[in-house]
Amino acid sequence: MKLFPPVVARLLALFSLPALLGGCNLVVLSPAGDVAQQQGNLVLISTGLMLIIIIPVMIVTVLFAWRYRESAKARYEPEWAHSTGLELVIWAAPLLIIICLGALTWAGTHLLDPYRALGRIAPNSTADHTRQPLEVQVVALDWKWLFIMPEQGIATVNELALPVDRPVRFRISSSSVMNSFYVPAMAGQIYAMPGMETRLNGVLNQPGRFIGFSANYSGAGFSGMRFPVNAMPEAEFERWVEQTRAGEGSLDRAGYLALERPSENEPARRFARVEPGLFDAVVNMCVEAGKMCMHDMMSIDARGGMGLAGTINLTTLAYDRYGRRGATQGTREVVGAICTEPTPVQSHAWSRPIDQTPLAGMSLPRPSSRLGQSRPQPFATLPALTPDT
Amino acid sequence: MAAPHALETTPLLGRLSLEALPLHEPIVVATFAAVALGGLVVFAALTYFRLWGYLWKEWFTSVDHKKIGIMYMVLGLIMFLRGFADAVMMRLQQSMAFNGSEGYLNSHHYDQIFTAHGVIMIFFVAMPFVTGLMNYIVPLQIGARDVSFPFLNNFSFWMTAGGAVLVMMSLFVGEFARTGWLAFPPLSGITYSPDVGVDYYIWALQVAGVGTTLSGINLLCTIIKMRAPGMGMMKMPVFTWTSLCTNVLIVASFPVLTAVLVLLSLDRYIGTNFFTSDFGGNPMLYVNLIWIWGHPEVYILILPLFGVFSEVTSTFSGKRLFGYTSMVYATVCITILSYVVWLHHFFTMGSGASVNSFFGITTMVISIPTGAKLFNWLFTMYRGRIRFELPMMWTVAFMLTFVVGGMTGVMLAVPPADFVLHNSLFLIAHFHNVIIGGVLFGLFAAINFWFPKAFGFKLDRFWGLVSFWCWVVGFWLAFMPLYILGLMGVTRRMRVFDDPSLQIWFIVAGVGAAIIAVGIAAMLIQIGVSILRRDKLRDVTGDPWGGRTLEWATSSPPPDYNFAFTPVIHDMDAWHDMKRRGAARPLEGFRPIHMPSGTGAGVILAGFSTVLGFAMIWHIWWLAAASLAAIVLGAIIHTFNYHRDYHIPAETVAATEQARTARLAAAE
Repeated sequence: MKLFPPVVARLLALFSLPALLGGCNLVVLSPAGDVAQQQGNLVLISTGLMLIIIIPVMIVTVLFAWRYRESAKARYEPEWAHSTGLELVIWAAPLLIIICLGALTWAGTHLLDPYRALGRIAPNSTADHTRQPLEVQVVALDWKWLFIMPEQGIATVNELALPVDRPVRFRISSSSVMNSFYVPAMAGQIYAMPGMETRLNGVLNQPGRFIGFSANYSGAGFSGMRFPVNAMPEAEFERWVEQTRAGEGSLDRAGYLALERPSENEPARRFARVEPGLFDAVVNMCVEAGKMCMHDMMSIDARGGMGLAGTINLTTLAYDRYGRRGATQGTREVVGAICTEPTPVQSHAWSRPIDQTPLAGMSLPRPSSRLGQSRPQPFATLPALTPDT
Repeated sequence: MAAPHALETTPLLGRLSLEALPLHEPIVVATFAAVALGGLVVFAALTYFRLWGYLWKEWFTSVDHKKIGIMYMVLGLIMFLRGFADAVMMRLQQSMAFNGSEGYLNSHHYDQIFTAHGVIMIFFVAMPFVTGLMNYIVPLQIGARDVSFPFLNNFSFWMTAGGAVLVMMSLFVGEFARTGWLAFPPLSGITYSPDVGVDYYIWALQVAGVGTTLSGINLLCTIIKMRAPGMGMMKMPVFTWTSLCTNVLIVASFPVLTAVLVLLSLDRYIGTNFFTSDFGGNPMLYVNLIWIWGHPEVYILILPLFGVFSEVTSTFSGKRLFGYTSMVYATVCITILSYVVWLHHFFTMGSGASVNSFFGITTMVISIPTGAKLFNWLFTMYRGRIRFELPMMWTVAFMLTFVVGGMTGVMLAVPPADFVLHNSLFLIAHFHNVIIGGVLFGLFAAINFWFPKAFGFKLDRFWGLVSFWCWVVGFWLAFMPLYILGLMGVTRRMRVFDDPSLQIWFIVAGVGAAIIAVGIAAMLIQIGVSILRRDKLRDVTGDPWGGRTLEWATSSPPPDYNFAFTPVIHDMDAWHDMKRRGAARPLEGFRPIHMPSGTGAGVILAGFSTVLGFAMIWHIWWLAAASLAAIVLGAIIHTFNYHRDYHIPAETVAATEQARTARLAAAE
């Protein structure tokens, strides 16, 4: 599934970057993760393709401006204003470049779709399909990041530790406003949005300390929404997990509600235990007790709603979000939960890793297979509620 | 279900109280003092020289498209200074806030500044400049005496000015939005922005938006219905063609902005849930809607300037425009394609690969007609005789700058590449590259090109050159570091930084901004010097550059009626054709000319609309109701005004034309 030979990318990198940039860390072009590396290569390849036409245009601009200046007394044809052949060329030349770039875009966008499980973890090494990717649930809070690792049963705030060379799948949401989850060294960004879940697959190939942050302005504490990403070998990662588990702190729903209150420049924090299902409650906006989860609401609505009963089922909650950004008073009615226990959310169907056969013509995955899926999912998978149950 | 109010409200003043005045912010207080002092000086001077009556009668209430065009340009220039001051404050903050320093702006202040900078530069600088230019030039180019709806034109201008007044007011009364220039919910919803900032944003844009939409309808009608006899669509000057396409875009896209802002207002004022995350609302709906307006908006800004570059290149190369037909079709292609690319602004919100590729590829396709245009300009220069006057210099600078911005734009259109560059300073560099390198350079070309038409004397060349070089050098210095910072993974709208290696780039960018500031100062000096030396720079021919289109056929400045006789068109470059055929200027047989008369109704209605906006922002319900009633009543009363037109007597026309004949004779 190689998009283009790495030699080409390296050559382009050599030509397109002035020597003076040697000293600074262009993380976008030389990241530590395979996905980000392929994305960075696309930046270079597309630049190269366009320079084929742009450099001649710039040269010709300067040349014509000089050659036909008034004092040069060059050949002057004031009425010459049309040439079918020439016009064919000036429409065709950009068209050809765009055809190449369009093909590259179509292939690259599908192969690097952030929702897809990774097919490879490095240029010459395919992912181990017998092993699940590491799942990390990401919640953007005001103004810090919460990372839940369900497999390990731990959580961290403003700190992320990842094993090297193991594919990671992120499930991303937000508690209040939009943010964008971005670790430039690992993979491109994806938005974190309240009441919705977005996904990202990535991998880090080198151990080290990288930086992650929010790439979408989200309010006063936005500049401080930065966190270190520590990539470590598998064994070291296991030790780190054990350490965290042995440590203090437990994150339950009440703890989450306290944590999501606005605060700036939060130091890193670890939780040894996490209440199961917390992330799904966040996505369904029902961490508060007594509030109906969105997936329940939507399955009721899908069956035609509750009619008049629905208008009565409103609970007035001291909805503390109004106290969060300056407002001191205000309550808001929410739809009350009908079941005392939230309905368990079904596990997610993850897309299969992509075909490893080389990218050429027919082997391109069929786009139609993905069109039926609406993304980002506005709520978690609907529980099976059919009229006859 | 009433939305909760963040601020205490009183029936008389709504949410307005003394606390709304930012007396605790020294920077704002100092600015206020300076603005108040300056305002007082201007007010006193106008009173002393008894200019109020003149301004009211000859300018504010005028329905003359030329005067309205000039007022738009003045509005744009004033707001440009404000928007640029915001830019300088941001550059300063970002080059200071390193190594634990918080800089000199807190987030409350800084976040308002970057929001205001974007809003002002797009809505109250670029839009008035572009609208003013079209207003002034289009009727002259098509041989018309005014626009289709002259009163509406005056009203549109004052609505735009009313929006600008609201934005400026937010600096001293209350605060502006802290959301970014497109005010995405949920951040802009009442929950997370409970104060008046977003309300200022909404009402400023709504008031100005009415003006923009109406002016779009007006110019559209003008171009379609009021062309001189013989000027078929394919004989229209290219600037008029690009203006036509721009106004199609305005009419088709601004109602979307109005609608989306109405929905956001409903969310904020009466507690609906269109864009909340709860209750079935969806913020992504807002993001889609606002970009369906927002992408055509950038073509609204650039298309007229493509027209300017075409006119300038052809005039100063002394040559017909190469490939007129393909130029027109390229413009039309861009107009249509600009509606099918909006999703490229949010590839990173989780759309599927097929959707992302579709919008990525449509975006790239736009570069084909744009590329064709560039080649057309190049081949217009080819075998021409290029005079490097200021407008032509701006055009060459544009061609060399814009291609880089276009290239980075196509890079951002590749979705996987966008995943690593979205919202980064690379993006900021890209759109400043096309907006400054395209829109602003084009405006400067246009101002230097048509200034002699509007005022009868050329702009000073020396100060024009100083300004040109400062702008070009300053631009590259200010924005190339931003490209590099973007590749280093630095995101936009950051207030403080923790990586000290970035600081040098921000300092370089700051130096670039300082050089641009010199360029702006030189431009103001250029205008001042030109006014002082106007007798030396005077042009009596009305055609100082060897122009090709109709506006150069009349005197500079043109008389109220533009053309004593409506010209008959035989060729694309109508004036060039007349000169070639040796067409003589008609000297007798003048007839009375039917003209629209001025009215104060536009100022009054727009004034009430601004008050309405202010009352809604502060929840002063009685005032809102009263001003709404006044608007309706004022509009009805205006319909009973039957003194809407007058005739310029034939003798006056004859005298005016005779005076011109004498001036022309004296010049020879």
